[in-house]
Amino acid sequence: MSITIAELTVGQDIGSRSIAVTRTDLVKYAGASGDFNPIHWNEAFATGVGLPGVIAHGMFTMGAAVQLVTDWAGDPAAVVDFQTRFTKPVPVADTTGTPEAGAVIEVSGAIGALDADAGTARVDLTVVSAGQKVLVKAQAVVRLA
Amino acid sequence: MTINPDLQGRSYPAAEVYDVGREKIREFARAVKATHPAHFDVDAAKALGHSDLVAPPTFAIIVAQRADAQLIEDPESGIDFSRVVHADQRFTHHRPIVAGDRLVAELHVDGVRAMGGGAMITTRSEIFALAPGAAGDSADVREPVATTTSSILVRGEGQ
Repeated sequence: MSITIAELTVGQDIGSRSIAVTRTDLVKYAGASGDFNPIHWNEAFATGVGLPGVIAHGMFTMGAAVQLVTDWAGDPAAVVDFQTRFTKPVPVADTTGTPEAGAVIEVSGAIGALDADAGTARVDLTVVSAGQKVLVKAQAVVRLA
Repeated sequence: MTINPDLQGRSYPAAEVYDVGREKIREFARAVKATHPAHFDVDAAKALGHSDLVAPPTFAIIVAQRADAQLIEDPESGIDFSRVVHADQRFTHHRPIVAGDRLVAELHVDGVRAMGGGAMITTRSEIFALAPGAAGDSADVREPVATTTSSILVRGEGQ
């Protein structure tokens, strides 16, 4: 599959997905990324520095959110630029030993801009958890055929 | 402890080489819940025209945060890591990162701004791939791969 810029319009929806997150996911992300800040895995430490509890790595949320764009584009390398601001933490409840998610992140994307000369589309992501926008100005620039 | 305002404009040269391995790409991809076959299956990556497995769009954070550690761990910086909050992040890819790449990062401190009792610090990592067999300091045989910029808020006392 390959998407061409001619078939896109600004405002067009590219889809949505729901990402279930557990404490185990945060430990896996810590190991994979090398970010071992204890606010992402130790409740006492997190509350001790004034957080509501263990929170997801901002980079976990950013990295998981862009998968909607990657899968839509059909090639992970098509994402040539990706930025966001982190506005709210994503607290992840301890549901260890149960099938429940500790948090759910809802991601949806729409075409924010098209640049025919550059052959790129900007996808604007809306990323929400527990009713709050957790990423703002989450924009991925995708190179198209 | 306050943030040292003289950090602005400081650079940290490329240090150790980061070797991008297939299993690391797979591990990182699973950790961000990526399922695209180009992260896992060499044939699928090659079918898209890549030389090997392709890293997810935020993979460069591993290399960038290693470079950031030079600043955070610099005793002159005054940064308390436990008070750091990630404020924003950007990745600009000059070409995809693929398995087999040997990456180095140059860190630049682009901004230091006092905020309350804390500070907002903006850093930029210029990430290059080394030619096979090249040493980390041989600037003439490196190819620009990605530019990452990151702002961290170091919270002051009571923030």
